[in-house]
Amino acid sequence: MNREELQNRLQEIKNKVTAVEQTTDNRIYLPCEAQNAYAVSKFLFQDLACRFVIATCVDSDDCFEVLYHFSYDQLGVVITVKAFIRDRENPAIESITSFLPAAEWIEREMHDIMGIDFRNHPNLRRLILADDWPDGVYPERKQART
Amino acid sequence: MKDSTRKPVIAVGPFHPLQEEMEFFQLTVDGEKVTDIDVRISYNHRGIEKISETLQFDQIPFLVSRICGICSASHPLAYVQAVEELAGITPPERALYVRTIINELERIHSHLLWVGLGGHFIGYDTVFMWAWKYREPVLDLLEEITGNRNNYGNVKIGGCREDIPDELVPKLLKELDEIEKKTEMLTKAVLDDPVLHARLKGVGILTKQAAIDYAVTGPTARGSDVAIDVRRDDPYAAYADLDWKVITQTEGDVFAKAVVRLLETFESINMVRQALKKLPKGPVTVEVKEIPPGEGCGRAEAPRGETFHYVRSDGGNRPIRHKARAPSYVNVPSFKASCIGQDIADVTLTLAAVDPCYSCTERMAVVDRHGNLTHDYDMLLKLSREKTERIKKEML
Repeated sequence: MNREELQNRLQEIKNKVTAVEQTTDNRIYLPCEAQNAYAVSKFLFQDLACRFVIATCVDSDDCFEVLYHFSYDQLGVVITVKAFIRDRENPAIESITSFLPAAEWIEREMHDIMGIDFRNHPNLRRLILADDWPDGVYPERKQART
Repeated sequence: MKDSTRKPVIAVGPFHPLQEEMEFFQLTVDGEKVTDIDVRISYNHRGIEKISETLQFDQIPFLVSRICGICSASHPLAYVQAVEELAGITPPERALYVRTIINELERIHSHLLWVGLGGHFIGYDTVFMWAWKYREPVLDLLEEITGNRNNYGNVKIGGCREDIPDELVPKLLKELDEIEKKTEMLTKAVLDDPVLHARLKGVGILTKQAAIDYAVTGPTARGSDVAIDVRRDDPYAAYADLDWKVITQTEGDVFAKAVVRLLETFESINMVRQALKKLPKGPVTVEVKEIPPGEGCGRAEAPRGETFHYVRSDGGNRPIRHKARAPSYVNVPSFKASCIGQDIADVTLTLAAVDPCYSCTERMAVVDRHGNLTHDYDMLLKLSREKTERIKKEML
């Protein structure tokens, strides 16, 4: 598959994402709402055979972002699904671990440090934080900065 | 299993000088067979990502080079590539070559280190002594170029801090020839040994499908016939200008991973040689002004696999988010696929085969189905070595 064909394949999920942003030749960002991230990630992994790289959570001022980075190794392209979680009180998103075991650890980590609930995660116990760390304190959130 | 995670088994692992990171494996066993594995990490979480948000962009390479002593060239490289992508900076060509040379020397010394430790785990201490002896001159070369044996601190946004002086090139080339000769001898000794074939083949198989599902990278993936390598797929530094090939094996067992690493060492020696000969003239750094708002991904092929960094800037002098993923983070969970069904005697080796930073095995304990601690690291090492001895005797 060449770059053009990859762009065409990405059009198949255009109703799930708000844009297909190409920042450089090898970087594509797919911003979407949290409820669509599962479907978009599944499409990238199962239909396009992308490799899961890692996920990043970001505490933006008005929302939380979960960025799932995938790699389409045939072309060396990093495709990032940028999911916006608008509910800052009870941030939650569907876990992708059910079809992608590689995401188990990083979802547990993001649950620890950012307090995002990964719904239907098979094993959402602590990964990073110590057992005696207080509940409800999330070190990667902005308010934890001071 | 749930009960066993609450037992104070952490005291099992002694604090060992080899330790760089602490990981704790609990194996549930039925007789000799492993039926489940539970991994616990982060006993020594250093909060690098959080610290990074408090540092200025040009200070961070020094921080991320301390994520891992062995990968202390690939982490800063992935980071600066992320920042260069977000700021649209193109480093000078000579800097790209210097980066390539340092990163490949890092791979050579890391793979030799792994071969040595692999030998140690199965009771081949001669391999351990040889491999580490031959690794030493590689560290000397790195010291000569960067001033440090590890934590080189040479890469920076927009280029490199130190150049390779032209008069050093003939000496480096000569040393490389020596290193190649010795590595060749070691490789032949290892790959021609019938005991090692018997001991390592068919052990700890990671199938191709499991390698894809667990998204493993580096030699762990290439040993399972997943031909991925960032150096080729998303070329950075000077890799696109060099002539080399991606080594793969189909079996997915410990032997396949050993072959991948040994053969990659030769590719790396060859790459350093080519890069030294082609080293372009010119400066090694460009002036960097402010880092604009934006985001960038940088990745580099570390000895253990793909290192990935994501950086986001709001236009200030510090990143507002910096994510770093080391290859072991995805390689280690694949133990669930490669260890279950193995003998306890093979687990030490299977875990070591993905080349996690070696502390992992130090933190290993075996728990029987009643939650009792039955084996510690020393016993497991003994078991692994005994199996080698058994195979040796059977062959004689």
